[in-house]
This record gives sequence, structure tokens and C-alpha cells, in this order.
Amino acid sequence: MERPAWAPRGIDISVPSVSRMYDFYLGGSHNFEVDREAARKAMEFMPGLPKIMQANRAFMRRAVRYAVSQGITQFLDIGSGIPTFGNVHEVAQAADPEARVAYVDHDPVAVAHSRAVLEGNDRAVIAAADLRRPQEIVKNPAISELLDLDRPVALLLVAVLHFIEDSDDPHAAVAELCEGLAPGSLIVITHASYEGIPLTQEEAGGAVGVYKDIRNPLVMRSREEIARFFEGHEMVEPGLVSMPNWRPDAPHAVEHEDPFAFSGFAGVGRKA
Amino acid sequence: MSIPAQSSGAPDTEPDGPEDRLRRFATIWSRAIFPSTATSMTRTEFEQHLLPLARGLSDILHARPFDAAPASEVGVALVAAHCTDPDTLSSTLGVIDSYLVLYCGSNGATALSTEDSRARCARIQHALAGGFTQALRERTLAEQEAIARSALTARSDAEQALHATEARFRAVFKDAAIGIGIADLDGNVLEVNDTLTRMFGGLEHHVRSHKINEWVHPEDSPQVWKYYNELVRGEREHYRVEKPYYRNDGTVLWTNLTVSLLRDSEGRPEYQLALLEDTTERRLLNLRLRYEATHDALTGLPNRTLFFERLEKALSADDGSRFGLCYLDLDGFKAINDSLGHASGDRLLVEVADRLQSCATAPGEMVARLGGDEFVALTTGPDTRTEVDELACRILGVLGTPVRLEGRELTVRGSIGIVEGPAGERSAAEVLRSADITMYRAKSAGGNRFELADAEADARAITRHGLTTALPAALERGEFFIEYQPLVHLGDGTVHGAEALVRWCHPQHGVLGPDRFIPLAEHTGLIVPLGRWVLEESVRQAHFWQERHSDGGPLRINVNLSPTQLHHPLLVAETVDVLERSGLEPGALCLEVTESALIGADDDLLKPLRQLAEMGVDIALDDFGTGYSNLANLRRLPVSVLKLDRSFTQGMQQHPADPVDLKIVEGIVSLAHSLDLAVTVEGVETGAQAEQLRELGCDTAQGWYYARPGAPDRIHSLLLADAV
Repeated sequence: MERPAWAPRGIDISVPSVSRMYDFYLGGSHNFEVDREAARKAMEFMPGLPKIMQANRAFMRRAVRYAVSQGITQFLDIGSGIPTFGNVHEVAQAADPEARVAYVDHDPVAVAHSRAVLEGNDRAVIAAADLRRPQEIVKNPAISELLDLDRPVALLLVAVLHFIEDSDDPHAAVAELCEGLAPGSLIVITHASYEGIPLTQEEAGGAVGVYKDIRNPLVMRSREEIARFFEGHEMVEPGLVSMPNWRPDAPHAVEHEDPFAFSGFAGVGRKA
Repeated sequence: MSIPAQSSGAPDTEPDGPEDRLRRFATIWSRAIFPSTATSMTRTEFEQHLLPLARGLSDILHARPFDAAPASEVGVALVAAHCTDPDTLSSTLGVIDSYLVLYCGSNGATALSTEDSRARCARIQHALAGGFTQALRERTLAEQEAIARSALTARSDAEQALHATEARFRAVFKDAAIGIGIADLDGNVLEVNDTLTRMFGGLEHHVRSHKINEWVHPEDSPQVWKYYNELVRGEREHYRVEKPYYRNDGTVLWTNLTVSLLRDSEGRPEYQLALLEDTTERRLLNLRLRYEATHDALTGLPNRTLFFERLEKALSADDGSRFGLCYLDLDGFKAINDSLGHASGDRLLVEVADRLQSCATAPGEMVARLGGDEFVALTTGPDTRTEVDELACRILGVLGTPVRLEGRELTVRGSIGIVEGPAGERSAAEVLRSADITMYRAKSAGGNRFELADAEADARAITRHGLTTALPAALERGEFFIEYQPLVHLGDGTVHGAEALVRWCHPQHGVLGPDRFIPLAEHTGLIVPLGRWVLEESVRQAHFWQERHSDGGPLRINVNLSPTQLHHPLLVAETVDVLERSGLEPGALCLEVTESALIGADDDLLKPLRQLAEMGVDIALDDFGTGYSNLANLRRLPVSVLKLDRSFTQGMQQHPADPVDLKIVEGIVSLAHSLDLAVTVEGVETGAQAEQLRELGCDTAQGWYYARPGAPDRIHSLLLADAV
């Protein structure tokens, strides 16, 4: 039976959380032993996992700066997780102090932590909502108070869509979210894929298995499937590419990247 | 590790000068630790970030007096730049150990000895490692505390929300208007709400002390327990049924029951949740409404609706069974109702209903009231051929006993039409129509009898339908014609006029008399144009006769007016128009109106007749003596002629004549004459009759004795005969 919206999910910190595992990969200590144990297990199969996370952070930083350069100062970051460093509001507000950032996550611990971190910042909020129910996000009063949805917004879906299974129809959810955004809005996506990982599919599959075991399955999608998330959008140059190849800061920066950084795809689309 | 020949620093630095060497040190450092950092800075940015730290290390190396302590700040700064991996520390120490003195050893104002440099470099590493470790430890503890606090906050938020949810659920459970119960899969009741306890008549103990699979009732639908077993086996998520239960006091509780399977978090069946809505009252109401909708309020017999349901069921049977239907209409019930009043009529119907009920007690038999004084009795089964006759005989038999009503004994008789046959051939409507037609045949055969339906009789009725639809076209095609029957002066035997009688020359059925189509025309309204045509045609004919026989005195023409024509607003205008156009004087026209059409006539209805009478048109009261006319009313009517019904003259056909009939006719004539009304008699068939009527004072006569209705030239020859 579908859980009613007002019935909360229990908090069980004995179960690994993907946002706390992400924090661990990035060298943070906002995590518990269960998270570290699962993360270490995944790293046994894919030692380069931290590099993938780092590439995600770096891409996100470039994408946010790009958005600001395009005059966009409103950000909606879904699946924001545990705030560590170089968060969207830090990057955006460094580029433009007026920038407004709404974070969304469905992990109650991540939400509580974000709330503590954002205390005193009146241009950033955190809302508890689930990407699988886009209306929860669109109709969230905290978000609609902060962001003017009649003006362009940068919608960030960084390292989150690969946690939505096909049965929950992530493409429809993204389309529903974008429907409410003004023309000129940007959609920023990174997504895991077997394409680009410097390992065999069997080896990488071990890491995928770890996520399956912790009931947060990681859904690896093909480039084609990922490209479909941008339907109705015009791709910003250079299109859908591996993370380091998306608008690198320096001409030769790509040459020095860790091979794992090229796993999966990143792209930015502009709503027509 | 290769050392870059050219630093990536700003162009204003002197090649291989102190600043350039410092930058080269920072580049080496950055390359060493960048792979193990988690920073989102680019390599170039990171290198720029390390440059002030490198400068700090160089300064400490050359400081006088030497103090290694500030190097701990460099360790702190590394942690602040998210270099939290222990590898960054060992790599940093390695880089300082190998390259700090090499690249920065000669940067100071005074050169250091090699030995001194090494010692200082080692001290710097110790301090940096201490600062790094301290900072990492603090950061780790702070983050651990932060995340633990967040987890606690989230958990307490969740608990509060859960508490609120539980409170809401508790309220829903407790105050719900429907009964709610939870049981385990063995049927043990774990929890019930107050509503459910009340529905079962109190005593929660009673409700809980029985396993729910013991809550059986004889009226349980067969699938209830099948669904139940499927649900507890986990093969069904829920079911919804209408289910009766025994209350604590033994009475029946009817419910709409919805049962859902509750599973645990692993998806295993765990509990069953039952929602019960008390439908006992609604069910009773439905039963009563159903009863009222299917039964006649007066007699309590099944009504038309229920009868049709049963008949349709009987007719749709495909097991070779038959049906027999008796369609009963009481004879003369209307007269009883009119004379004794509706209340008495109703009591009579109730009595008849009771008696009929007693005739149809066998299985497969039923009696229903269709409305008014029409009843039906139905029998089904294999032997209806004999049964239906017996049923009809029983019905006529029970009706034979007089009914006592208001101190009087009334004899009730009825006419029955019987239809019998195999199921599956005809529709209910067809069967009922056939029975209706047959009943009328029994009625017109004198009543108090039954008749069996036959195809030919049905066909005649069906012809009637065909005639009705053919009427309008017949008028357009000129299929109607008029015959005239002479009216004779009883005094001198001369032809006084003629009555116009309309006929239909039907292309298939031949010549049809007015009794076959006038009621149909009356029913459809076609009587108005048809009547107008008859008036025009006969007035034109009368004028023609007068032209030809101006010496034969005024020749009158009688034309019948139907009740519908009487009500037609243009009656007077059209009559005047016809007379004017033909040139016939109004006094030569007599319009015949039946007595029954004028019963209870008010002034509005009489007004057109008065206008016509004032113009000189005679009005005759046709079929006089058949209705229940109020004689006192006669003087009020604009009538100048009474046409005595043929039933009075029938009694005079035998010899000697019936003395009562003679007296009646004598009385009527005397009454009519005293009111200044002329008397015309119809149906005169013998000379003796004619003589007798003349002696009784009747003025005019018509009948076969003089002439049958015929073509207009027949009248012409009769007139000629008179003139001779």
C-alpha cells in the first residue's frame, strides 16, 4: 500500500545511506561505520569511486559558474545530500552574492544536517521531498518562497537520477519538473554508466551489487537513455560527454585527470 | 618525479630566481598531493592555493631566531583545503624533506649550513605533522558530532511525526463511523473499535472470543469464505462482500465488509484488516422499496412490474416449458365505481384480489393487478395447456359468489382472455397484447366467460393497427364515400330527409363500416378533417336534392358529430362556411350528437351547439336512452330532436310487443313532446313496429323497413316515389 504523505519514514542509521557514503568518498567524516563499511566494499570493486565523486563536484562547480555567467542566479539542487565543501550555494554565491539556492533531499539525516549548515543563510533553503514525486517539489512552499519560478532556474540533478529505478519512471519525473520551469532554464545532469569506466562490466558490477544490497540500487544507464533526460532542451556545448570533458577550466586539464573521472556522463541543457 | 624546467608562475619572475624556485616547489607539492585530495579545485587553482603555504614554509626555514611552531598552521591549512586523506600528509612530508631545502634553502638573507638546513627541515616537518593531525582530529570529531546530531534531530523529528500519525490513526480508529477490526491470520481478533462493538450489540468480549472464521451465517454468499481463505494464504490483497452476521442478541446485522491483507515490511502476510459498514437499515429500506415498487398498494398483489419480470422469465426459459396467462377484466366495474363511489369500488377490488390469490397457490402460479380492474394470473410448467383452463374456471368460480358491500350483495363477473404456449416464441408485450385482445373478445361475447387466443382474432386486432396508420392517406386518396339512409315521416310515410353515413372503401379489406374506423379516427384526431369532409359532401348533396325537388318540401340532412369534433374550436365557423358555400339553409341541417358526449357537458361545450341552434341548425340527441342522462338536464340542452336508441325498438319486433318497452317509449315521447322535442326512432324493421311507433306518437323513423343506407341516387328515386 502507498504510504500516505504525512506518514513519516522511520530513521534507521544502521542502514547505509548513499549521501553519507558520498561524504566518505570525499574524505568527510559525516558518516557512520555502516556507511564506511559499504563504501569500502564498493571501493574494493571500484577503487576509483572517490575520483568519480570528485569529478562530479568539479563538474558541478563549472556548471554553476556557467549558469551564473548566463545570468541565472536561481538554483534548484535535487539530491543535494550531506553538505561537505564546495556546495552549490558556496560556488554560486561566490560568483554572485545574490544567488539563491534551494536544496532538496529525501534523506532525513541529510536534510537535518543541511538545515544546520544553512542556518543564517537567507538565500539558501533545504526541503525534504522526493524526486519520484515531482509535485512535492514543485508545490513545496519553502522552495516557491525562495525561487521565482517564472524566471529561469538552473535545475541540478547531479549524481541522483541513477538512484531512481525505471519502475519509478525518472524520465517522466524530470519532464514534470521541467514543465514548471521558465524558458531559458538550465538542466544540469550527471549520471552513472558502464560507459567510460576503466573496468570490465563484471568488475564495475560488483560495486553496483553493493548498492543493490543496501537497497539503494544504482541504475547504470546507456548514453542514449541519459540523453533522453534532456528531451525538450537544447544541449549546451559540448553536449553530453564525460565529466572532465565538459568545459574544462584549462586547456590541458583533461590530460591529468584520473581515468575513473571519465566514468558516466555529464551535460547541460537549455529549455527552449 | 620530474622537475619542471619552466615554472607555471607569472612571467615577471626572474628565471631561477627565488620566486621562481618557490613556485617550482609549490608545483611539485601540488602534483604530489592532488591525487589524494578531495578538492573540487582545478590543479592550477590548487597550486595557487598551496603557494602561500610554500612561502610560509620558506620563511620559517630562514627565520631568526628559528621557530618551527608556525609550520603547524600549514598542516591546519591543508586540512582546511580538504586534504584529509592521510596520504596527503605523508606526501607533503616527503616533498618537504626532499625539496624544501633544495628549492628554498638559498632564499634567505644569509645562507644556512647544510647541517642546519636539514635540522630545521626536520623540525618543520614535525610541527606540520602535529598541526595537520590536530586539525584533522578536530575536524573529524566536529563532523562526527554534527552528523550524529543531525541523525538525532532527524530521528526525533520522525518520532514526533510518527507520534502525530499514530494519534491521527488512533482517532480515525476510535471515532470512525464504520466498524474496524484487526485479526491475525488464524482469525484471532486483536483489536476492534467501539463502533464495531456497538454494531454487534455491545460486549467486546463476545466479539473477541470468537475467531472470525467462526462468524458464519446461513445467508453468507458462497464466495465469502473462498475469498477469506485466499486472503489469509496471501493470494488475495483484499475483498469486498455483503455479509450478514449474528448480533450478540441473535438478530441479524447486514454489512458491507471490506477486508484487506496487511503485510510486514518483508511483504509476508501478517494481519487482516476488516472494515464493516452497517447496512441493515438500508437493506430493509431497499427490501421495502423493492416490495413497494413491485406490489400494488391497494390489493397487495404483485404489480405490472413484477408480473412482467416473471412473465419475461417464464418466456425466456429454454427447457421446453410452457406458460399460460389469464387476463381478467371485471364486467361493468365502471358502473359500480360510478354508482357506489370509488371507496366501494376499491373494497370490491381488494375482495376480488383476495379471491384471485386463492386460485393461484401452486408453485409457478402467480396473480397480479395490472391496474384498474385488470388482473392477470400466470401459470408455468410443462402442463399449462390444461392448467390454464382450470385456472380460468377457478377464477370465474370464485367470482361467482356475490360480494357483500355496504349491506348489498353484488354479483361480480369477469371476462378472461387466455394465452397459452411454449416459452421462447413471443415477447411478454406480444403475449399480453394477445391476452388483452382475447379478453375483449370474451367481453363482447357477453362477458362472464373466457376465450382462448387465436391467431385470427389477433390478426384482426393487428388490422386495426394497420387501419389506424392508413387513415390519413385514405382521406387524401378519396377512399371514403357516403351512404344515405332515409328518414321517414311516420304520419304520412313521406321521406323527410336522410342520415349521412360514411364508409371506407379500403383497397385490401373492401368496404368498412364506421364502427371499424370512426373510433380509430377519433383516437388519432383524424376525425376532424374526416368529419369536415362528410359535412361538406352531404350538405352539397342535400342542396343538390333540393334544387331537383323544390316541390317536395324541405329535405333535411342529418350528419353525425363525434365528441372530438364537438370540442373543436372551429366547429361553428366551419359549419357556417360550409352552409354558406353550398347555399343550403341552416334549417335543413341536423347535427347528431350522442347522448354520452353531452353527459356532464358544461356551458363552454354547449356554447357552439347553442350558436348553431340559434342559426336554425337542428341538434339531435343520438342514441338516447343508452347513457345515464339526467332527464332534468334535457331542457338545458340546445336540442330539438331525440333519436331513440334501437334497443327500444328491438322489444317491439316480437308480437305482441313487450309492454314495458311500449310504456317506456310512450313515456319518452310524452316527455319529449312536452319539452317541444321531436322524436326519431331507429332500427325500424317491420310494418307492425312502424305502426306501433306511429301510434305512440313518434315523429320520424329510419330503418331497414324503409330502406337500407345507399347511394345518393337511391334517395332520389325514393323521393320520386313519394311524389308519385
